[in-house]
Amino acid sequence: MKILLAGECREGRLAEDVFELFGFAASLDAEVSLVIVGSPDDLPAFEGRIYFADVRDYGEYSPEVHTRLVMRAVDQERPDAVVFLHSSYGWDLAPRVASAMNVAQVSGVAGIDGEGYTVDCCNGKMRRTVRPMTSSVVLTLQPGAFSARTPQGVPEVFRIDADPDSTVEFLGSRPPEAGVDLSRASVIVSAGRGVGKKENVDLVQNLAAALGGEIGASRPVVDAGWLERSRQIGTSGQSVSPELYVACGISGAIQHLAGMKEAGFILAVNTDRDAPIGDVADLFVVADLVQFLPALTAKIEARLR
Amino acid sequence: MNILVCIKQIPDMGGRFSSNTACTWLDETGLVFRMNDCDEYAVEEALRIKEHLGGTLDVTVLSIGAARVVETIRKALAMGCDRGVHVDDPKAPERDPWQIASMIAGYAKGRSYDLVFTGMQSEDRGSAQVGVLVAERLAYSCVTGITGFEWRDGAVTAERELECGRRGLVRLTLPALLTCQQGLNTPRYPTLPNIMKSKKKEIIVLHPDQLGVEAPLTSVGGFRHHERKTSGLFLDGDAEALAGQVVALLDANTAVLRKGGSR
Ligand SMILES: Cc1cc2nc3c(=O)[nH]c(=O)nc-3n(C[C@H](O)[C@H](O)[C@H](O)COP(=O)(O)OP(=O)(O)OC[C@H]3O[C@@H](n4cnc5c(N)ncnc54)[C@H](O)[C@@H]3O)c2cc1C
Ligand SMILES: Nc1ncnc2c1ncn2[C@@H]1O[C@H](COP(=O)(O)O)[C@@H](O)[C@H]1O
Repeated sequence: MKILLAGECREGRLAEDVFELFGFAASLDAEVSLVIVGSPDDLPAFEGRIYFADVRDYGEYSPEVHTRLVMRAVDQERPDAVVFLHSSYGWDLAPRVASAMNVAQVSGVAGIDGEGYTVDCCNGKMRRTVRPMTSSVVLTLQPGAFSARTPQGVPEVFRIDADPDSTVEFLGSRPPEAGVDLSRASVIVSAGRGVGKKENVDLVQNLAAALGGEIGASRPVVDAGWLERSRQIGTSGQSVSPELYVACGISGAIQHLAGMKEAGFILAVNTDRDAPIGDVADLFVVADLVQFLPALTAKIEARLR
Repeated sequence: MNILVCIKQIPDMGGRFSSNTACTWLDETGLVFRMNDCDEYAVEEALRIKEHLGGTLDVTVLSIGAARVVETIRKALAMGCDRGVHVDDPKAPERDPWQIASMIAGYAKGRSYDLVFTGMQSEDRGSAQVGVLVAERLAYSCVTGITGFEWRDGAVTAERELECGRRGLVRLTLPALLTCQQGLNTPRYPTLPNIMKSKKKEIIVLHPDQLGVEAPLTSVGGFRHHERKTSGLFLDGDAEALAGQVVALLDANTAVLRKGGSR
């Protein structure tokens, strides 16, 4: 089997999670090559071929041009699979490459299952096996599903180029909004959509205060304007690893888990015992947070008084 | 000026799920259905453009699925879309993104939409493919996962969400397809007068073969519960009693209470 990994570069540097692509490749015992629009001084080490275009020439995001570049490598390698991360870069590019190759795409691969790929669905509550019916396939990998692997070796680098013409022009990026740094908090109590309304965020805040911790949030809570954006935890927010993480009314979508699963002890409070937060919870309290949080806060205040 | 918005009806994610006997999709008995989250942002964005540009701008909303999806189309009409297209296809949940995209493109082709909005991904099968595949078939410019959009003096700019809170800014030409991410805007609730008005709006019914549905590129099986990996402890019962148990467990398993809180 031959696979072509599609690397990516963020702000001029090799994205760290590219090593998850190598982790996936290792689980397949395949012949590996890599295509990347990256920096010449920041390419991964491994024994294989790199098809390289300079990000200073082609930009960090230019989907039509990057599709052409990836296709250059595809034409050379004729791989059985082209593998992306399921990232803002990967999910954007993968269907374009699949279209250009006229082959199937399987998104968010979490495992290999015989001839097919295991994929999560219904917000992580269910799974299924998807089998491509085309001769080759384009894949995107679920973040964190394959452990990162740092191979050794000296790659053979081939420069690729493509017509830079495009209907989409990248104008630049802006950094995350400044705000609280949650990375050093030893206790984080987070509010999810399950809080139901803005006033109930106070119940979460009160527990955080009783524990001397910080309040965090899942994305819908931030999108609703109930808490500031800098408190969002997950792939598009902060990654944290406190001693104690309390998830209140948070289902545990993969993008949220990516930001908090390294916490020392995870307490989940949720009415739905099937919620995927159960994947990582050390303690799962099946309860309505409106009743349970005040009771817990009172007990902790009494205990610490 | 015409806009097409593609919306998917999905089961509410809080439901108790089990697989159908063929293990290809959910057993739908007793499930509650609603509009995919990202697609509400897509509808709202189209309506904002309509309000901003006014005039003859026309917003069509399209959904592929069984008879139940008409309810979701009605919601989009009550929010303010002008007309609905229902592609009556009970097999939709078992179709792959390639097939869904072939039908949407089949409808959009030749209707010269200036803009097509879709969600970034659906919550039930989350492939994040349909929008981009449609754009490829129509040869539209395409940007995914937008959290901002502006159409001013003929120029279109969009903001994309990147990793770790970074946002990218892009300029693009029309016609374009944009896939909408959570947080793009705040979707409106349909008002009573608009709900009444929407009842008179037209819903065109079409069938998959009229839109040139193609053969699938993938097959699906083994639809099943996601076995939980956790060795965690599950507790339920009365809130007071639970609170006591939880404090004891925090004491036994963490140092956060011993230190007198983390202060
Ligand atoms: C590209 C991308 C990036 C993303 N980045 C992030 C990110 O960085 N961070 C993030 O959080 N999300 C992110 N998301 C969104 C993510 O997919 C989920 O939509 C989101 O995490 C869901 O938030 P939630 O768990 O609060 O809400 P829901 O999934 O709606 O869950 C609410 C939970 O509350 C429970 N509940 C309801 N009522 C009660 C009650 N009374 N008491 C107790 N429990 C109750 C429900 O059972 C449910 O489990 C991203 C998505 C995408 C596509
Ligand atoms: N059955 C459908 N009917 C209409 N639009 C759909 C359908 N399935 C997917 N879409 C659109 O494509 C987007 C991405 O879906 P997916 O590729 O399944 O993650 C959704 O947010 C919808 O906008």
